[in-house]
Amino acid sequence: MDDIKYSTHSHSVNTYDPKKDYGTPKSIAEKNVTLDIDGVTVSVPEGTSIMHAAQLSGVSVPKLCATDSLEPFGSCRLCLVEIEGRRGYPASCTTPVAEGIKVHTQTSKLADVRRGVMELYISDHPLDCLTCAANGDCELQDMAGAVGLRDVRYGYEGENHLKQEKDESNPYFTFDPSKCIVCSRCVRACEETQGTFALTIEGRGFGSKVSAGNASFMDSECVSCGACVQACPTATLMEKTVIDAGTPEHSVTTTCAYCGVGCSFNAEMKGQEVVRMTPNKDGGANHGHSCVKGRFAWGYATHKDRITTPMIRKNITDPWQEVSWDEAINYAASEIKRIEAKYGKDAMGGITSSRCTNEEVYVTQKLVRAVFGTNNVDTCARVCHSPTGYGLKQTIGESAGTQTFDSVMKSDVILIIGANPTNGHPVFASQMKRRLREGAKLIIADPRAIDLVENSPHVRADYHLNLRPGTNVALISALAHVVVTEGLVKEDFVRERCEWDSFVVWRDFVAKPENSPEALESALGVKAEIMRAAARMFATGGNGAIYYGLGVTEHSQGSTMVMGIANLAMATGNVGREGVGINPLRGQNNVQGSCDMGSMPHEYPGYRHVSDPAAKALFEAAWGRPLSVEPGLRIPNMLDLAGEGRFKALYCVGEDIAQSDPNTQHVTHALESMECVIVQDLFLNETAMYAHVFFPGASFLEKSGTFTNAERRISPVRRVMSPKNGMEDWEITAKLSKALGYEMSYAHASEIMDEIAALTPTFKGVSFKKLDELGSIQWPCNDEAPTGTPTMHIDEFVRGKGKFFVTQYVPTTEKVNAKYPLILTTGRILSQYNVGAQTRRTKNVEWHSEDIVEIHPHDAEERGVKEGDWIGISSRAGETVLRATLTERVQPGVIYTTFHHPESGANVITTDNSDWATNCPEFKVTAVQVTRVHQLSDWQKHYKTFSDAQIAFANNKLSKKTQQPA
Amino acid sequence: MQTETLIKMANQIGDFFEAEPDKAQAQKDIANHLNRFWTKDMRNQIAKYAKEKQGAGLHAQVISAISAYLKA
Repeated sequence: MDDIKYSTHSHSVNTYDPKKDYGTPKSIAEKNVTLDIDGVTVSVPEGTSIMHAAQLSGVSVPKLCATDSLEPFGSCRLCLVEIEGRRGYPASCTTPVAEGIKVHTQTSKLADVRRGVMELYISDHPLDCLTCAANGDCELQDMAGAVGLRDVRYGYEGENHLKQEKDESNPYFTFDPSKCIVCSRCVRACEETQGTFALTIEGRGFGSKVSAGNASFMDSECVSCGACVQACPTATLMEKTVIDAGTPEHSVTTTCAYCGVGCSFNAEMKGQEVVRMTPNKDGGANHGHSCVKGRFAWGYATHKDRITTPMIRKNITDPWQEVSWDEAINYAASEIKRIEAKYGKDAMGGITSSRCTNEEVYVTQKLVRAVFGTNNVDTCARVCHSPTGYGLKQTIGESAGTQTFDSVMKSDVILIIGANPTNGHPVFASQMKRRLREGAKLIIADPRAIDLVENSPHVRADYHLNLRPGTNVALISALAHVVVTEGLVKEDFVRERCEWDSFVVWRDFVAKPENSPEALESALGVKAEIMRAAARMFATGGNGAIYYGLGVTEHSQGSTMVMGIANLAMATGNVGREGVGINPLRGQNNVQGSCDMGSMPHEYPGYRHVSDPAAKALFEAAWGRPLSVEPGLRIPNMLDLAGEGRFKALYCVGEDIAQSDPNTQHVTHALESMECVIVQDLFLNETAMYAHVFFPGASFLEKSGTFTNAERRISPVRRVMSPKNGMEDWEITAKLSKALGYEMSYAHASEIMDEIAALTPTFKGVSFKKLDELGSIQWPCNDEAPTGTPTMHIDEFVRGKGKFFVTQYVPTTEKVNAKYPLILTTGRILSQYNVGAQTRRTKNVEWHSEDIVEIHPHDAEERGVKEGDWIGISSRAGETVLRATLTERVQPGVIYTTFHHPESGANVITTDNSDWATNCPEFKVTAVQVTRVHQLSDWQKHYKTFSDAQIAFANNKLSKKTQQPA
Repeated sequence: MQTETLIKMANQIGDFFEAEPDKAQAQKDIANHLNRFWTKDMRNQIAKYAKEKQGAGLHAQVISAISAYLKA
């Protein structure tokens, strides 16, 4: 929170206002300096620019090249000031405050200089203000007014840039160089804010121009994060939606519905129509930055594929019938009652999604536990971060990351394991890259050379541990072996903070010769000396922070590896302060929240086991229904039982198991075997093709609620338009509950949060009112920490003492052999998101229109595969066909692909193997063979026929009027 | 559920706790894991199998854990 108070003489305090542009970044110095600006005494932190101080005192100094998201540059010469006793006219953006100086921002001389500067700018700028897209939102226009420019003595006839051609290649914004004033804000934003360095100023003097490296924006290194558009003071870089619609008239702050970074955005509106989404400067997770998804890819919310009317059908081979909400709800309720009577409570369950708000997840698990009467509720974290929940609960006592994102700015050594932040968590990656450019060391453990290894400007990994997929636990043992045997353990920390006995057992285990880097190097495929050097760097390099992703969790030993990471962090004393920590990077926006809200079958909100008598009593009293002490079915268990005809009804909210879960044919067989599948979603997703009831959902722009990001930050989701489907998602669940005889009488999502806060100690202090006041809150938020907890485990671990676990490496049973000699591993790409249901319905497909397989040139050559060839990939589970690209980013023996497009069938080949503790699927290791082929696989052909038919059933659904008599 | 699936899951759990030097503790931990994360039906099915087939195909520690500590 930016609640720094500044004192001035006319106003006792001036509160920082994030809506204002202070021209230069805020100084965080503790010492204050007092000066006089235009007769007002101001006291500000040392290092503050005169421009920033002036703005705080209420005086706006004219400026063009300065903006407070960027370091000062001093090129536009508009912000000049006079300082008594100093010569000349220093630029207020680059001149820091000094004790006792007297500054004048408005004098007749300054007015002359500024008019002269503006005159030059305007002499080479089109005068089409009235028809310009930035009309009313243009800093050049504002400054021309501010300096009183009335005439341009040079005329407009001379050589100029007005005929320069627009670059409209980017689908979301245009670049119109004729309007450019070469202030370099875009170039600096690309460097400082985003860290991509795609833009540059080419040429000198009059010939200077902004260039995307001699390519169009689309063909350049540009990642379309929007930082340049945000920084541009004119119409040079402009959102196409603003060009089409005009400037927005009101703005509502909300939270992005994509990844686990959870960026805060301003939805800039015209009535109920979004004109643009701009990153919120005051956003705790993103500080005014964005990526191509959150900034631009929100058009899916109004996409023509949205289904907005409820639908039902008896069989999945029938066309859908459009019905009223009441009919749909009553039909679903009657089916649930019928199935309960026939097969029992345990044949029913629900699945929530990390794309749901906390409030939606909460009411869904409440419905399943209190109304269905079973604990058969699970969430998609099952297939991504369930091992994080388990492993961190066991070792440190809380199923969540330990830090804030900002903590990375105090890290000295960053260890990334099985995560690809520049693609999966781009806005946080930009912050991490900034820290790396400042000199932090970087160690990457990943089978594949992610961009941060050596493909990010001014960032290079010190060590890339390119291990074989499936050998994580061997790696963590080898690293720990070095720490333990070379005397690098922070023993003071361990003695004070951890269970010493557990440490001794662990220490003796990892010290065994078979856990040495030398003993494990052949299994890992990483040289022993590199592992030794990396371990020494991590243990001795200062603040060491571990960031990890699904490359850790989605393995048969995912939970073991999470515990191994916690062991290493504790042994090296890297928990409990800023700059260190165990940081799971969550895939989707509300992975943390969906787990917090009790959507796992064994625990209530706040991670309390269903067998805990106190928790059971608490929830029974609050909900007024008897609750079961028995853990329910996890998603894979539900699907196994469904395939055997013993699990019959599923309420699936916002999740698409038919695309995202492993072994697709197993999943679809299970879905086909159920008698009532209820899907609640924006679109007819893959799972909905097997559904009997479709409840149309509301997009994040159409509802109220909260998301909780990877740093436990609860952020508000605010309704900016009416739901096209008629109601918010929690209302649908509440209606279904009522139809089943249990009233959920909430008037607003905020009342659901009030109930959560009343029942969950870590959420005790959370309310929508407090979120309005603070912007966002990191849990735990309670009486001890009323504004939240940025860093956890500071004085002691949540479980008291940290506990070490012995992590024996057990190789996966998914082994390569002569028939399946390669390993397939999967990941994601910047422009697409998860199953792609949202991003595939935006112009992001221009970056990634199909899933491609990366194969090493050596493996390709052996199989006669060339760039762009179709290749068949077969595994023990199935076969699919994708296009190949040859790259040395993957190591020989390993191929890689993404799963954003359903027709790719990436999960047709992944297997049922899963994590020992949580059943999280082993997506990252599948033994496969690859051959050159000329046609789609049988599965793909069948998929095409099936999906075409299902889409037709939805498009040609029977409305009331056309309905045939039964 | 397929008994083979349950055997595989149980053995994976056994593999993890294999590293625990205190064997009695390992058995408690294995059973505790099953009690906390498996449904009653799944537990009963594996217990029935372990009894009827003398634990064929099951990790030795898992067999002991089931007979000593599994909640019915």
